[in-house]
Amino acid sequence: MVSTLDETPVSAATVVSQEFASVPWRWTRLVRQLPILPLAILVPFVLIALFANYIAPYDPTEPIPGAKIFEPPYWMQGGSAHALLGTDFQSRDVLSRLIFGARVSLIVGVAGTIVAGSIGTALGILAGYLGGWVDQVIMRVTDAWLALPGLVFAIFLATMVGPSMWNIVIILGLVYWTRYSRVIRGEVLSLREREFVKLSEIAGASRTRVILRHILPNVLNSTMVLASLTIGVVIIAEASLSFLGVGVPPPEPAWGSMLADGRSMLMVGDWWLTVFPGLGILLVVLATQLLGDWLRVRLDPQLRNM
Amino acid sequence: MGQFMMRRTLYAIVTLFILSLTIFTVVRLTGDPVTLLAEPGARAEDLDRVRAEWGLDRPWPVQYLAFVKNVFTGQLGKSFNYEMPVSTLYFQRLPNSLELAFAATLISFFIGIPAGIISAVRVNSPWDNFGKIVALLGLSIPGFWLGLVLILVFSVWLHWLPTSGQGGWQHLIMPSLALGWYFAASLLRLTRSSMLEVLRSEYVKLARLKGLPGYVVLAMHAFKNALIPVLTLAGVNLVVMINAAVIIEVIFAWPGIGRLLYEGIFQRDFPLVQGIVMEAGIMIVMINLIIDLLYAYIDPRIRLTR
Repeated sequence: MVSTLDETPVSAATVVSQEFASVPWRWTRLVRQLPILPLAILVPFVLIALFANYIAPYDPTEPIPGAKIFEPPYWMQGGSAHALLGTDFQSRDVLSRLIFGARVSLIVGVAGTIVAGSIGTALGILAGYLGGWVDQVIMRVTDAWLALPGLVFAIFLATMVGPSMWNIVIILGLVYWTRYSRVIRGEVLSLREREFVKLSEIAGASRTRVILRHILPNVLNSTMVLASLTIGVVIIAEASLSFLGVGVPPPEPAWGSMLADGRSMLMVGDWWLTVFPGLGILLVVLATQLLGDWLRVRLDPQLRNM
Repeated sequence: MGQFMMRRTLYAIVTLFILSLTIFTVVRLTGDPVTLLAEPGARAEDLDRVRAEWGLDRPWPVQYLAFVKNVFTGQLGKSFNYEMPVSTLYFQRLPNSLELAFAATLISFFIGIPAGIISAVRVNSPWDNFGKIVALLGLSIPGFWLGLVLILVFSVWLHWLPTSGQGGWQHLIMPSLALGWYFAASLLRLTRSSMLEVLRSEYVKLARLKGLPGYVVLAMHAFKNALIPVLTLAGVNLVVMINAAVIIEVIFAWPGIGRLLYEGIFQRDFPLVQGIVMEAGIMIVMINLIIDLLYAYIDPRIRLTR
């Protein structure tokens, strides 16, 4: 009677869906549950990054023909309508560079977070589930890597490896995986003692099967919450590396290197080279933080205080 | 207690061992350091001579032992450019970094602790919401961008403060604010949650029931106990600020350790970079060890359960 066995355990998911079923479905409910503010900031940035080729008025790496260097935005004296947010030290269009810079920030932010999350979750599960010397080795490495301030470690790796966008993705992944492995290991330690895991082991499931079918799905929520917290950190770290000249190499437009380019003209008051890229970083990171808070409340009430 | 001390000290040593191994391996895996040192287009025999001079022609284990010996004798290797032990350079810059880090810690105290206490005492009031916004902005505004905007506003436009360099207290305001900003937000969050926890405790309820005035309960009973985790975080933050203020020190031309690291990157001075990163790791492992031992001394639960 396999079918009755399958029906007896009432999973958390069915309880939740029954609860939801009692409320009549309305589209307003869906809208009310969405995090409006973070999405209102993030969605335009994602669209801009995706369609940068069509939106940007100029090639971000080439000077505008006939334009002067350090032209101010169009509404200021000396500005002109062909470069809406002014030009930089090579008479390149600041607006186009900002648009393509959004692409760099978001790609590095998302990809770096995925690398960090994958390494950290995998090692956290292995340490927690296998225990013993595997646990010891993984956790001692985690401790050692946590001992370095993230940015100093990233600068060190970037100096040694050499700059390129994908190198930065891997470096930031290698620097920020440690917080995942700590949290995930802790969760696996308690999951390992739960009945469904024990039963699966008694039924003869292999370790790989237990990890993939029973452990991994149960820690994915925490991974998602941690990821929403990591992504802002990774974006700021990329901007910092690019600012120092060990991140995304020129002439590729990254917000951090735009800030570095604008620094020399700060003293004469050319504010647009400094203010706009920073606002870009601020808005994207702010939106990911807010999205993270929302996710945390929805997915994992225990992590609310983090 | 003795056993706990032994175990924690052993962990710290293992952590430092893995850290040194990581740093050593990264430097050697990512290319030949000699090509960074020699002029481009140098002849092969010149490269060999340089390699022999710096001991880079020896087998890796021998080089590693030399590296560890350098750490133990407190020299941390010799800088390519300065031709001086890295530790001499490091300790020359340390007072400057300490000055900046102390000022930044003070600023983070002045912003973070009062705001955190008010948020906790008046939960969900407008004050609390204001505190939440400050905490959110603290994590979202990159410190180095804040520094650039401060220079723009207070030096370039208002002419109130000097743009960079070291001197009187006026030189210290902007860099310490830019550096302390992020840490102020994290102190705010921790003070708030720590105060909330203490305010719910039995002894605070008892103090209230005894009829003590509200401010006495807050100051003498709640605040004192809530301060323990806050001071711990501040201690770790101070050490991180000393070693990781790279961009802030570059922007404000502050002659500290962060700027030494930056110079090391640009002069391709790998022993200098490697030495500073190692020293930063050692300091952070030490402060964590000291804090753990102090906690265990104060609180017997910690030394008995682990």
